[in-house]
Amino acid sequence: MKSLAELKALRDKALEAITMRTDQDMTRIVIGMATCGIASGAREVMATLIEEIEVREIKAISVQPTGCMGMCALEPMLEIHRSGEAPVTYVALDAQKVKRIVHEHLVNGQVVSDYVIGKYI
Amino acid sequence: MPFYRSHILVCAGTGCVSSGSLTLEEQFNESLSAHGLEREVQVVRTGCFGLCEAGPICIVYPEGSFYTRVESKDVNRIVEEHLLKGRVVKELLFQDKSNHKNDAQQSIKEVDFYKKQDRVALKNCGVINPELIEEYIAFDGYQALGKVLSEMTPVEVIQTIKESGLRGRGGGGFLTGLKWEFAKNTTDDVKYVGCNADEGDPGAFMDRSVLEGDPHAVIEAMAINAYAIGAKKGFVYIRAEYPIAVKRLGIAIAQAKDMGLLGENILGTDFTFDLEIRLGAGAFVCGEETALIASIEGQRGMPRPKPPFPAHKGLFGQPTVINNVETYAVVPQIILKGVDWFRTYGTPNSPGTKVFALGGKIVNTGLVEISMGTTLREVIFDIGGGIPNGNTFKAVQTGGPSGGCLTKDHLDTPIDFDTLTSLGSMMGSGGMIVVDNQNCMVDFARFFLDFTVDESCGKCTPCREGTKRMHEILDRITQGQGTLEDLDKLESLSASIKDSSLCGLGQTAPNPVLSTLKYFKDEYIAHVVDKKCPAGVCKELLSIVIDERCIGCTACTKVCPVNCIAGERKSLHVIDQEKCIKCGACIDKCPVKCIVKG
Repeated sequence: MKSLAELKALRDKALEAITMRTDQDMTRIVIGMATCGIASGAREVMATLIEEIEVREIKAISVQPTGCMGMCALEPMLEIHRSGEAPVTYVALDAQKVKRIVHEHLVNGQVVSDYVIGKYI
Repeated sequence: MPFYRSHILVCAGTGCVSSGSLTLEEQFNESLSAHGLEREVQVVRTGCFGLCEAGPICIVYPEGSFYTRVESKDVNRIVEEHLLKGRVVKELLFQDKSNHKNDAQQSIKEVDFYKKQDRVALKNCGVINPELIEEYIAFDGYQALGKVLSEMTPVEVIQTIKESGLRGRGGGGFLTGLKWEFAKNTTDDVKYVGCNADEGDPGAFMDRSVLEGDPHAVIEAMAINAYAIGAKKGFVYIRAEYPIAVKRLGIAIAQAKDMGLLGENILGTDFTFDLEIRLGAGAFVCGEETALIASIEGQRGMPRPKPPFPAHKGLFGQPTVINNVETYAVVPQIILKGVDWFRTYGTPNSPGTKVFALGGKIVNTGLVEISMGTTLREVIFDIGGGIPNGNTFKAVQTGGPSGGCLTKDHLDTPIDFDTLTSLGSMMGSGGMIVVDNQNCMVDFARFFLDFTVDESCGKCTPCREGTKRMHEILDRITQGQGTLEDLDKLESLSASIKDSSLCGLGQTAPNPVLSTLKYFKDEYIAHVVDKKCPAGVCKELLSIVIDERCIGCTACTKVCPVNCIAGERKSLHVIDQEKCIKCGACIDKCPVKCIVKG
């Protein structure tokens, strides 16, 4: 490393990888990963979500599996929690829908109303 | 850059490693692969979390779930339940014994053990992988060095350290900034910086944990020190009994060199600094800085008279600043966060925090870091969880073989350099050993003298001969052959040894004896006058007697290894006091508990 600027750049990049060990405020995504979820394809949803986060270099984000949220017929489901915003629950997901959610909601801040839980009950 | 949604942090400090944590690490990796999770979940090796009594420890992020006493059979369950399905395995979480709460603590932040701690020197231990320089850098690593090289003059660096009030954490408590200033003001061309990582106190492992868990903090601090005083070369003198620490430090130095953070033209400036590791060879006395210097020079590890102090004339006759590992660990943070930040911790005369290795008769054995000014009671009972097995607190020894003990009357003493010294003890490097009503204070003092007699280098007569004579007296006392004159002799010997020994080893060796004499005189008198050991420890002074509640079951006669119990069925059994070896096997066996120690 030849300069302080290089060190700072490396720091910022390295910090992304371990933000979850800090107290920093993060966007929290919770994915239903109970038997109903897994049976409906939640593992593929998880894998696609992670890939998209990597490709689009989204920062300060945490992804956690959770148990059965109750509406098993609507699995796979995920919820997005961001401080200052109401949580949004997306249902009946697949890989394609997840890609759209990442692009429109996570990156551009627009809720994808086609996939929210309200549209299905 | 790969995004992992979860990290499993596995403690790889020496304590947990010896309980099999590296095997757990392998098993987690295997289990994650088997479940197709290896691209989502990362297993990370970290340094010591501090709650050593509950190891092996694994923490899962982002939840911060604190799993303790993790065994091989738990691995698959944690992976299947928690990592795959998001269901935290409550039974494997840390249970706070002292609180009797029914719900296991969810996250490390809620655990009582950590609530009163201020992890400053240990900030990265248990949080980062010490074998990855990138993780150190992520948490502002080497930023302090960068700031120093680009924005501060050596004088400004020294001024900052002086104003912070940082005092040596190796036990001496000397103002670090002042020591740096002495070396800076010499006119020699060649100067050295050294790190004392010998840590010889029995039971102390503060420095070991910093080196195993956050070696870069020490490297960065030494570079800052070198810049401040005008040195180009540094040595870390580390005891060979710390193989994991040696290995991690070696990896860290190599990685720092690769990144251009050690060596020539660091960060593109004209500052050059190189660092070497030197291993100790098992001598406690080499923790004394002049003996340490002699050892690095290739001489026999024996102390030299001071003055001249190493800051003026040290390694190879050149100005040398030697600091303790823990002192170094906080230097980068002081530079980055400033003097005012540092002074929010601790007391005006002892700012900052101190790491203690809490051991002995205590529930939460492990590593604890607290703000100076925290009381002994808070450390021992709130953080340490108090005394196990329903026993009562008797004394706490601080400062290892150089320190003294304090009693329950002193529990509300705020801990800092000066308060403990004024009570006849000292903070020392941070060993804190708790003893209960089943410990004999005379035997305890003798234990420390055992150690110092063994470790005395032999160079000066007061230590070489004096400590041996003291040890002999203590031996005789524990065997029932002591006299009241012996107690006076102990006091006068102590005074002369303290006064005339060449180095700190001898000068402080009598401390455990002096402090136990001061606060537990009655125990000594019981030993020499009544020929009794009140705690029931000194075997020669014990008699084990079967009292009239005996039901004549002959169980004890069968377990006695020397067959000294006589007794027929249904009649009172009798122990032959001449043959009895006081092993206590009969006491453990007796179904009616009628055998007593007296």
